[in-house]
Amino acid sequence: MRWVQTHRIQDMFPALNLNNISKSFGLVQANKNIDLEVALGSIHGIIGENGAGKSTLMNIIYGMHRADTGEITIGGTKVDMRSPADAIQYGIGMVHQHFMLIPTFTVLENITLGSEGGLMLGEGRDKALKHLQHLSSSYGLEVDPHALVSDLNVGQRQRVEIIKALKGGAKVLILDEPTGVLTPQEADQLFEILKVLRDDGVSILLITHKLTEVMDITDTVSIMRQGEMVGHRKTSETSPQELAELMVGRAVLLEVDHTPAKPAEVRLSASGLGYTNQQGVVELENISFEVRSGEILGIAGVSGNGQTQLMEALAGMMPFSTGTVNILGKTLTAEDSITPRAIRDLGLGHIPEDRHTHGLILPFEARETMILGFHDTELAGSGKLFDYTAIQQNCADKMTHFDVRPSNPRLNAKNFSGGNQQKIVIAREFSANPGVLLVGQPTRGVDVGAIEFIHKQLLELRDAGCAILLVSVELDEVMSLSDRIMVLCDGQNIGIVAAEDADRQTLGLMMAGQKQETAA
Amino acid sequence: MSKPTPPLPRWADIVLLPMINLFTALFLCGLIVLAIGENPITALEVMINGAFVYKGALGYTLFYTTNFIFTGLAVATAFHARLFNIGAEGQAALGGLGATLVAFALSGLPSIFALPMALAGAALFGAFWGVVPGYLQAKRGSHIVITTIMFNFIAAALLVWLLAGPMLEPGQHSPQSSLLPEATWLTKIHEILAWFGIKVAATPLNTSFLLALLGCLIFWILIWRTRLGYEIRAIGQNQEAAHYSGINVTRVIIITMAISAAFAGLMAINQIQGVSHKLILGFTAGYGFTGIAVALMGRNHPIGICLAAILFGALVQGGTELDFEFQIITREMVLLIQGMIILFSGALAYMFNPPLARFLARFLRVRTKEKNYG
Repeated sequence: MRWVQTHRIQDMFPALNLNNISKSFGLVQANKNIDLEVALGSIHGIIGENGAGKSTLMNIIYGMHRADTGEITIGGTKVDMRSPADAIQYGIGMVHQHFMLIPTFTVLENITLGSEGGLMLGEGRDKALKHLQHLSSSYGLEVDPHALVSDLNVGQRQRVEIIKALKGGAKVLILDEPTGVLTPQEADQLFEILKVLRDDGVSILLITHKLTEVMDITDTVSIMRQGEMVGHRKTSETSPQELAELMVGRAVLLEVDHTPAKPAEVRLSASGLGYTNQQGVVELENISFEVRSGEILGIAGVSGNGQTQLMEALAGMMPFSTGTVNILGKTLTAEDSITPRAIRDLGLGHIPEDRHTHGLILPFEARETMILGFHDTELAGSGKLFDYTAIQQNCADKMTHFDVRPSNPRLNAKNFSGGNQQKIVIAREFSANPGVLLVGQPTRGVDVGAIEFIHKQLLELRDAGCAILLVSVELDEVMSLSDRIMVLCDGQNIGIVAAEDADRQTLGLMMAGQKQETAA
Repeated sequence: MSKPTPPLPRWADIVLLPMINLFTALFLCGLIVLAIGENPITALEVMINGAFVYKGALGYTLFYTTNFIFTGLAVATAFHARLFNIGAEGQAALGGLGATLVAFALSGLPSIFALPMALAGAALFGAFWGVVPGYLQAKRGSHIVITTIMFNFIAAALLVWLLAGPMLEPGQHSPQSSLLPEATWLTKIHEILAWFGIKVAATPLNTSFLLALLGCLIFWILIWRTRLGYEIRAIGQNQEAAHYSGINVTRVIIITMAISAAFAGLMAINQIQGVSHKLILGFTAGYGFTGIAVALMGRNHPIGICLAAILFGALVQGGTELDFEFQIITREMVLLIQGMIILFSGALAYMFNPPLARFLARFLRVRTKEKNYG
């Protein structure tokens, strides 16, 4: 009887309440007087630009950081969390953006992890299995407990992560950018699962930067900017425009002003391009396409279906096994020894998919990373030795032109925000005036304001006659920028469609491997 | 998850942290000296006097310093490309062989020609001993740490074979070569000073010390002012990005190892053309390995390397004095002190970083707050 009573009292409280949370790292204030209330059994979106403090806030809720001031209340009880273990105790689960699974373990072994029990594994594993079966049947989280994680696709891996997070009986589930790696269909499946969980009383915190997602699935949404909460809205009472303005602090053009292309001569083409890796896995198979001067060919596909290999092969960073590539009139075959230097010298620019791994040298000063790939040109000085006056000037000019902030050439590349890092890469590659440009994930981890700028720059470069090959996991981005769209699945070219004929449904099916009749 | 450490101010990283490390090591050594029944303050006094004050002490200290500068530069060059060159010892041995072979080959030629050629011989032979592991790393992926260590053994065995056989001085029983032609000898600093009428005690300090300082300047220009240096640093900080940008990673790794090992090879000129004037087995005496600690402590910067090299030079020279003055403090004791300093300055170089950074961050924040109020 008493239990029922307390249970009812708890029901009256929000699932999670943050009151006046502040957190600073050194001199940087990451969170400033944050208030947040998450209702029981609701999907609550948290949106904000990169560096707005979303991750810090989630880390505080999940016990990874301690707030400097303020209090956290869970189900009406004030709590003091010192570690993720505490958070799990209080019923908080988190699914990280990058999965934390051991690929060589089975699903069951991964789920058992952290609650193995005593000396012998049997008991803990049986408990985990029971739990897994329960979750599978009640929430549609279906996954084979005995499959190796490495054999699962991304959507299934995410389900394993969700099961792991729910294992401790979580009543609050935090999902950090969950759809970044999913096809539209997989994302829809995920949303179905989340809705079932919500209806069962779980409160879900969804961190995202995709406004469409927020509009589609959340009940309420909180917007962060520069470490502060700038607004809470009922989703039904807001619009994407309003949310974007709150995030950026000014009016934002959400739709790209996409003028028709005026394609001219073919500048980049591939015919029968294939790549088999050293393990004998076919990663690219018989890919043929052309990109003309003055047009953007977009590549759609779920991440990991050969986009990376295609870009790296075209940039000379990786060999290909069969077929030929023609770059600005020069034909290359698999037998030629191709280096990135040789390809760049043909007049190809490359904005790599992963700016941290390839595009920048993070510990270098901005001015030094601004000449990466151009350090033996005039940009580094005309003499034998480096001329740091010239290097500094080059960087300062580009920072002004491409609006890199802060415009300090001596700041290390790692100290810029994601968007500004990307602008450094873009400034460097655009300024060389390439005849052909490979662009990978131009706006990944970039805030809304910078996305607008980058998209405009890309279209300007196109109109100046550059042939652009664009890869992005953001289907919306591919659709709004491209003149034609090629879909890759499993390393194969599923088809090329004109952008005006493409819709999310068709592209989604093609991304899942279904060939279409119509091709442009 | 532990708290992220606030960044350490640059001056604290370069000056304060190494000082704290050094004093921690000396403090612990003091405790050990105390434990064996000697006065640590007296011991420290003897060491400092022995390294800098006594007649000729400074010359000896700088003589050892020369070795450490060369091997420190060798390790640092490779480290800028994130290559751990553990093979300075073997590369120095080969450098000695190179200097000796060239000197003998050019015997009879005038000094102006023979001397630089012998120096070049040392650098080239050393470089060769680094290029092979470099090639294996770049082309075959054989780990440079493993190969350079193995090459130390090969170098040692090669010298034993040569000095006990083909190169053994006729009629001699200890493993050493005959005397090099005088034209290839380096001039002693005290002789040079004597030309200007300055009289100092005769010490083994020779012109290779000046070459070592020149090496520091060349190192600085190479790493921070040349296109090759940019490529070396780019590879060191992000090999993937270097490849993306069109830098020929394989080629630069091999060249870096050549330059690194050439510095190590040049260590031999101090010992062989400078002092012993013949190739003696085991002349490298661990200087190559200590070069790792010198580079670590000197933060791979020529000024830091010079300071660290002076410290280690002083330890060798002052340690000898310590061994001489105190019955109870032996040569092994001196090695223990060196070991402590290497442990705290090298292996545990960043042990005090988090607490120091936190302390300074709090201190600096208090100060900024005060400023804001004022």
